[in-house]
Amino acid sequence: MSTELIHTEKPSFSKEKMAEVQEIIKHFPEGRQKSAILRILHMAEAEFGGWLSPETMDYVAEILSIEPIEVYEVASFYSMYNLEPVGKHVFEVCRTGPCMLVGSDQIIEHIEQTLDIKVGETTKDGMFTLQAVECLGACGYGPMLQCGKKYHEHLTKESVDQLIADFRSGKLPNKEDK
Amino acid sequence: MARKILLEHIDVPGIETYDVYRKHGGYQSVEKALKTMTPDQIVEEVKASGLRGRGGAGFPTGMKWSFIAKPDGVPRHLLCNADESEPGTFKDRYLMEKIPHLLIEGMIVSSFALGANLSYIYIRGEYHWILDILEKAIAEANNKGWLGKNIQGSGYDLELRVALGAGAYICGEETALIESLEGKRGNPRMKPPFPAVKGLWGHPTVVNNVESLAAVVPIINMGAEEYAKVGVGRSTGTKLISACGNIKNPGVYEIELGLPVEEFLYSDEWCGGIANGKKLKACVPGGSSVPILPAHLLCKTATGEPRLMSYESLAEGGFESGSMLGSGGFIIFDEDQCIVRNTWNFARFYAHESCGQCSPCREGTGWMQRVLNRLELGQGNMRDIDLLAEINKKIEGNTICPLGDAAAWPVAAAIRHFREEFEWHVTNPEDAQKGNYGLLKASMVY
Repeated sequence: MSTELIHTEKPSFSKEKMAEVQEIIKHFPEGRQKSAILRILHMAEAEFGGWLSPETMDYVAEILSIEPIEVYEVASFYSMYNLEPVGKHVFEVCRTGPCMLVGSDQIIEHIEQTLDIKVGETTKDGMFTLQAVECLGACGYGPMLQCGKKYHEHLTKESVDQLIADFRSGKLPNKEDK
Repeated sequence: MARKILLEHIDVPGIETYDVYRKHGGYQSVEKALKTMTPDQIVEEVKASGLRGRGGAGFPTGMKWSFIAKPDGVPRHLLCNADESEPGTFKDRYLMEKIPHLLIEGMIVSSFALGANLSYIYIRGEYHWILDILEKAIAEANNKGWLGKNIQGSGYDLELRVALGAGAYICGEETALIESLEGKRGNPRMKPPFPAVKGLWGHPTVVNNVESLAAVVPIINMGAEEYAKVGVGRSTGTKLISACGNIKNPGVYEIELGLPVEEFLYSDEWCGGIANGKKLKACVPGGSSVPILPAHLLCKTATGEPRLMSYESLAEGGFESGSMLGSGGFIIFDEDQCIVRNTWNFARFYAHESCGQCSPCREGTGWMQRVLNRLELGQGNMRDIDLLAEINKKIEGNTICPLGDAAAWPVAAAIRHFREEFEWHVTNPEDAQKGNYGLLKASMVY
């Protein structure tokens, strides 16, 4: 996707969020503010549309008084950051060994069929993105997926259907799950 | 052998809160350490306890501490590795979620022993909700005077913070963790210098696993001598095992080291045996990086000795017929599972997680993944099996960090013990395409 074609407003944290950002920067000694980058990128992603646009990354660089390239190289290294737009709800289904042993392949297939998308795609209405991810540390409770902060574990085809219905009806996510 | 030392109070309602935790003996080890012991005495105590790193490598914790450099005027740091990402491992998550103050307490004592005044818990980004739990607990500890300036009037100051990762297995490697905590890509560093000399921001640094730091609490409370009586031989104390895969009771269990594997696997107190009345096929006993063991080598060693859940016993027989205790990620495979498919799955994991810094790992993990994929799909040939072994040898030992080894070992072990199954995929390409080896074999008459 060509980034020039996406016009985004210059991002700006609310006063309240900015206070939070400044607090996180204070977790590190003076002059070490760059250490706060990962957490601030998580916040920026949540605030500015679920992904990190070049404008958002530049904004984070400005906040941390570092070069934009320092943000780009970090953002492109860590798999949790989305560098392209995603749907309103991102389903990250674990596909690694222990989850596979208890049926994650079938869960991924079921979601693909139900939402009529492949892994890596977003539904036409922009509601859901499906991603297959590596081990999320829920090996005993698989199959599982993460959506926002929340882990949904012991998935069955039925519970996945319910989950999708709850997201569609607005019953999910809960405030704290975001 | 159901002896709980770490998780003694895990089922007490409200144990995640300060008040309940304190009521059940919480923070006593801090009182004892700060009031009656010197930092060096604590290091000696942890050494004498025989505690070995619970993250996977099993390096003696006290010895690691004794390496920390103490140049004048340079701050030191303790970092808690809560990046738990080894497939099959979910024990640290359990501990932090259920009893966060135990980790905080262990970190206070350990930071004091190391002379660190600013310490961090580095937690994987996906565990975002646990960050909230930890920060709440840290705030409580701060309010009650267990953190901050002049802790309990001892004159010792400690600031404890939580830092968040963002989805990179490699950041569980200690120098990658340090890079990440400095706000960079998680590329492991060349050693030496070791973190104990030059770590976070160039300062002497110790990185320990969550469970290792939590174990310092009972060591100080009981005394090293008592702690060392628990366990077997050089495997002292208890270990958290996260059991998963095709078992009846997946979950996190605290076991006394030395528990027979057979008892752990089949007793209802622990795993409860194989799920759905199936038979045991194989086990990866210590997280995805350790060699897989076929059923006949799991409960007994090659020489017929009962195998125990301990560092030594699981490694008995070397890589020929043994494995490793590793992180305690205990993954069970039933008869329906396909070893080639699982080996490919793990290879894909390592290819995905290689940081890309060293060519043998960056290129080799991807190459192995592709070869395994074509074998699994019935598109491989016999030469591919030997090719895997060759790639393996070229990765192992030729990279900056152990991710290369971790990627190579499982493949080598799978071929060593299940070569027949790899060959079947070559000689029966149509069946391999149709379905899973385990399921097909189970329904075939051989």
